Amino acid sequence: MNFEDSPEESLFRDRCRAWLTANVEPAGEGEKTSAAERTDEEYVAIAKEWQAKKFDAGWACLTWPKECGGQGMGRMEQIIWNQEEGKFRAAMDVYLIGHGMLGPTIMAHGTSEQKERFLPKMARGSEIWCQLFSEPSAGSDLAGLRMAAVRDGDDWVINGQKIWTSGAQYSDWGMIVTRTDPDAPKHKGLTYFIVNMKSPGVEIRPIKQINGGEAFNEVFFTDVRVSDTQRLGDVGQGWHVALTTLMNERVAIGGGGGGGQFKKLMDLARRSRRHGKSAIEDGSVRARLADIYIAQKGIQYTGYRTLSALLSGATPGPEGAIAKAIGAPLGQQTASFAMELQGESGALLDDSAEDDGIWQQAYLGSPGLRIAGGTDEVLRNIIAERVLGLPPELRIDKTVPFREILTGPKT
Amino acid sequence: MNLEFSDDQKFVQTTAREFLTANATLQVDRAVFESDASYDESLWKKVAEMGWLGTTVPEAYGGTGLGYLELVLLAQEMGRALAPLPFASSVYGATEAILLFGTEEQKQKWLPLLSSGDRIGCVAFSEALGDSDIENLEARVAGDTLSGTKTPVLDGDIADLAVVLAGEGDGASLLLVDLAGDGVQRKKLNSLDASRSQAEIVFSSASFERLGAAGTGGAAFEQLMDRMAILLGFEQIGGSERALEISVAYVKERFAFGRAIGSFQAVKHRLADFYARNQIAVSNGYWAAWALSTDDSELPLAACNLRVAASDAFVLGSEDMIQVHGGVGFTWEFDCHLFYRRAKVLALTLGSPGTWRDKLISRIEASEAA
Repeated sequence: MNFEDSPEESLFRDRCRAWLTANVEPAGEGEKTSAAERTDEEYVAIAKEWQAKKFDAGWACLTWPKECGGQGMGRMEQIIWNQEEGKFRAAMDVYLIGHGMLGPTIMAHGTSEQKERFLPKMARGSEIWCQLFSEPSAGSDLAGLRMAAVRDGDDWVINGQKIWTSGAQYSDWGMIVTRTDPDAPKHKGLTYFIVNMKSPGVEIRPIKQINGGEAFNEVFFTDVRVSDTQRLGDVGQGWHVALTTLMNERVAIGGGGGGGQFKKLMDLARRSRRHGKSAIEDGSVRARLADIYIAQKGIQYTGYRTLSALLSGATPGPEGAIAKAIGAPLGQQTASFAMELQGESGALLDDSAEDDGIWQQAYLGSPGLRIAGGTDEVLRNIIAERVLGLPPELRIDKTVPFREILTGPKT
Repeated sequence: MNLEFSDDQKFVQTTAREFLTANATLQVDRAVFESDASYDESLWKKVAEMGWLGTTVPEAYGGTGLGYLELVLLAQEMGRALAPLPFASSVYGATEAILLFGTEEQKQKWLPLLSSGDRIGCVAFSEALGDSDIENLEARVAGDTLSGTKTPVLDGDIADLAVVLAGEGDGASLLLVDLAGDGVQRKKLNSLDASRSQAEIVFSSASFERLGAAGTGGAAFEQLMDRMAILLGFEQIGGSERALEISVAYVKERFAFGRAIGSFQAVKHRLADFYARNQIAVSNGYWAAWALSTDDSELPLAACNLRVAASDAFVLGSEDMIQVHGGVGFTWEFDCHLFYRRAKVLALTLGSPGTWRDKLISRIEASEAA
């Protein structure tokens, strides 16, 4: 057991750092470097330029095979790279879904033509990808989706609506799950396609979130034609392919993190006043600080344990759900506590607020993190059923034809 | 980075699991719990024969010379079994104190006796209501004797020697007291978990050996507490994991409203949270175990983290265990209360988790100031 870098890992980290130092500026204090906060064209252009530079120097998609545009390295190298790149002003969010989830799905289920056509450009970043899964009436119940794809000669014609699509507005390609057989049971009538986001009939409308950001979109499909050569996996196998995408969502393990934020929280507790003294002298404040620190470390090292198991050959399991089940609510609780420390000043926002409003922004953004990629409730079901082996929910919708499943009252 | 135990270490754990599954069933714990016995003597002898009592003791002093990564895994198995033994007191407490602070002569005298199980050790820190506090000790050194009362002392009624924290001059000292000597009076107390005995020990001009120099007891006490917290933390983890396993098995078999109660989300989510708390404790435990095995500078932080996370996990878990069992969980004959009692006793041994939370923030402040 060793929590520190092995000599090889340490050498690799030095290489990452050396290249990054020579090629990019460290991120400034409070600088917005994430696509959750910025989605403008200038940001996308910066991201593309950065990705191309990484690709040309051999730092893109480290775990992908070389023929797909990667470097054929291990997960450990990817984690070390992510940790180091995260310290710099290095836009990369726009590629997270493509590189982390969609690329591996094409590798697992794509034809050799599809792999050749799409993966190297995805790796180089000249084409950006989005994932079209959720629908207005299919969120946690993803397999209840209704987006219709109907065969027409060598093409399929797609109609319907997707929602919560990150980055649709700047994406070139999307991966979409559709219903091709409404007479089959819900999981069996789905088919997965690659769709050109610039196709006629694709309309993208941004969704304004409670934190003011517009990272997500509604995407409307009206008679959008997709060639059968862009089908990924067999007709009716869409759920199986989608699970590959979702499995890879959980492999994207965060390294580090938390440390910088906790230091800021300690500083805030020192500066804030309570009972005429620094708030950090208050026992209840200290207890909350301790619980946050312990949970953050626990989540961080749970990630390390998962990574360590993967490195020694284990396949990613549902255990990873606990990092999100605990981490997402913890983010909200931490932001809420930081605002309480500020007293009435906690009710201010942005540059009127302490620490440039990072705590208020975190508070407004955190409900989204408790929903995206599995709600608190879905994650607990996953842990209970797939880790603890408790009996599954009684499912009245699993075996009947999809078109017979009850839906809510139509308004 | 590598967060795996080695194959040899896993083998130690597997062997311990098999041994305790055969020799330390919950009936063994219950037998001590329901009798006047303070511990299971025959199990103690067997555990001693397995060499577990001297896990981190060098072979020259009669131990097996293994490391802390082996000892934490043994602790976890002891916790799983709710073993009715003075293992924590004697191994993490007395043995550890002598390894850390003992002279060569003390090591030669005591470590072989502790490793063989011929002598049982304990730690006597607590004196009054609230957590132990080196500034207000009433047990004091006067000349070359010790006087004062320590209570409660876990395993104090059966121990042969005690590591005692006592006031001396303006500070505190750590002492080793032979409990068979003159000036030592002991009284067994009623314990919340009767399979783990508690006693009051009154010292009246008792003689002692020093562990470390006079007045160095405060720092020594902190250091010893941190290491005990890590080892005890793994017992708590083991207990909490077992409590979850029993709870999961029960809700799969218990039917109500025409289905297994484990299929209801209200029950599932309670147990998912139980699992998640256990994992947060385990992950902090890995950090602490690594720090202990390498004597890393992060040990004092990791000890606080594990102490709090493992106490919360086991205490809350044992409460949930009763809850998912429903009425039968509240009966004497079901085993839930053995976990409920043990969890609370372990969470209070070494001081309340609240004190450890406070200590954690003090240590972070100190490390930030450095």
